[in-house]
Amino acid sequence: MIGQILYALPFLWHGFLITLAVSGLVVVISLVVGVALGVGLVYGPLPLRLAVRIFSDTIRGIPILVLIFFVYYGLPAIGLQLDAFAAAVLALTLFKVAQVVEYVRGAIASIPAGQAEAAKAIGLTFAARLRYVIFPQATRRFLPPFVNGVTDAVKGSALVSLLGVTDLMHAINQVIGRTYDALPLYLLGAVIYFLVNYALSSLSRRLERRYAFIRE
Amino acid sequence: MIQSTQGGAATHAPLLAIEGLTKSFGKVEVLRSVDLGVAKGEVVTVIGPSGSGKTTLLRCVNFLETYDSGSIRIDGREVGYKDAGGRVRRGERELAGIRADTGMVFQSFNLFPHLTAAENVMLGLRKVRGKSKAEARAAAEHWLSRVGLGHKADSLPGELSGGQQQRVGIARAVAMEPKILLLDEITSALDPELVGEVLEVVRSLAAEGMTMLMVTHEIAFARDASHRIVFMADGKVAAAGPPSEVLAAASHNQRLGAFLARFRASHF
Repeated sequence: MIGQILYALPFLWHGFLITLAVSGLVVVISLVVGVALGVGLVYGPLPLRLAVRIFSDTIRGIPILVLIFFVYYGLPAIGLQLDAFAAAVLALTLFKVAQVVEYVRGAIASIPAGQAEAAKAIGLTFAARLRYVIFPQATRRFLPPFVNGVTDAVKGSALVSLLGVTDLMHAINQVIGRTYDALPLYLLGAVIYFLVNYALSSLSRRLERRYAFIRE
Repeated sequence: MIQSTQGGAATHAPLLAIEGLTKSFGKVEVLRSVDLGVAKGEVVTVIGPSGSGKTTLLRCVNFLETYDSGSIRIDGREVGYKDAGGRVRRGERELAGIRADTGMVFQSFNLFPHLTAAENVMLGLRKVRGKSKAEARAAAEHWLSRVGLGHKADSLPGELSGGQQQRVGIARAVAMEPKILLLDEITSALDPELVGEVLEVVRSLAAEGMTMLMVTHEIAFARDASHRIVFMADGKVAAAGPPSEVLAAASHNQRLGAFLARFRASHF
């Protein structure tokens, strides 16, 4: 079994990097876009709030696999032809953006109204209230679900193998296709995914301690 | 202790002038044409049963609540709306500037929990008044010492008692050197044994000539510390004048009599 794992590792390395690339792109883009849309959902004008609300509810109501196939096989019908990697990243990012929007909304909504009022009362403008009073507190509420969402993104990235993108999952299946010995390879894959996510969870706990300024 | 005065400060043009103020929440009229002036250096206390509109009145003064008609002027300048051309709401920056000159202390303290006591006081000084970090720190230490919390400058709000938090709240408001200080039931959320330390701070600010408009249920304190008491009922000013006169009027003002009777039973 050790022999089979050692044989497989070089083939998996490239797939592992693709998995990290897909996860990283999805997380970074969805963090930037999701925070912007989430702030828009809370403070924006009505048309923007409506648009974000409809986007988020729609995306979150669709199975992620359907979304991936829709982007890859469906969008060419309206002239948007993406290669498998781009389509997979776009679909996973749309899904993650919708989640981040809700984390942001929930985090901001959890800050008592008195905080914004006290910030207004000392003369802070809207931007300063967000920057110095609301966001530092909301970040603490935002981080746990978000880091949880990052581990979901790593796990969910395995779905891109269904479009033929050679990520870790696809690389594992390719090796199994040559050796016809599934158990050691899937065990190895599980361990690699676990190690990545365990590292992320540890990071999450450290971040939470760092932001634990409120005693409850 | 402050004696009620008829002349002096009260004869000048009021610093805060509220005229014909009305405000509704949906179909409920909370304020029905309220008139109220506060002169520079004057301490005015608003009392009244809950639902009488006194907290709403206070919140209108720094525009945490919008108002429907009438006017609120501080130093002759309309608070929430531009003076010319109908009721155009002031821009964010103008409102922020007006609020910076109007200190407010809240019933629930509303300290920023992620900042230390000193940082709570410094935030407005740094970001609104544009003071350097060293200047702001010095001012914060000065005001925290004034409220008896010089030794707690680097404590987080969660490490302070309710009375201490509220004193930081007062320091945060007065450090901005506001023209007027609004106090919204600032002892209502405190354990009884902590009320005294907070009222003592308010008393010393009054003695130094800080202009204050406060809402409180501490009738004895209002009587001792105010120049004037305003009794509100059903969104209107039902009685106003020096404490001795207003409290004496209870014998012929039925609502005031009923309101005060409840306090006499427990507080006098």
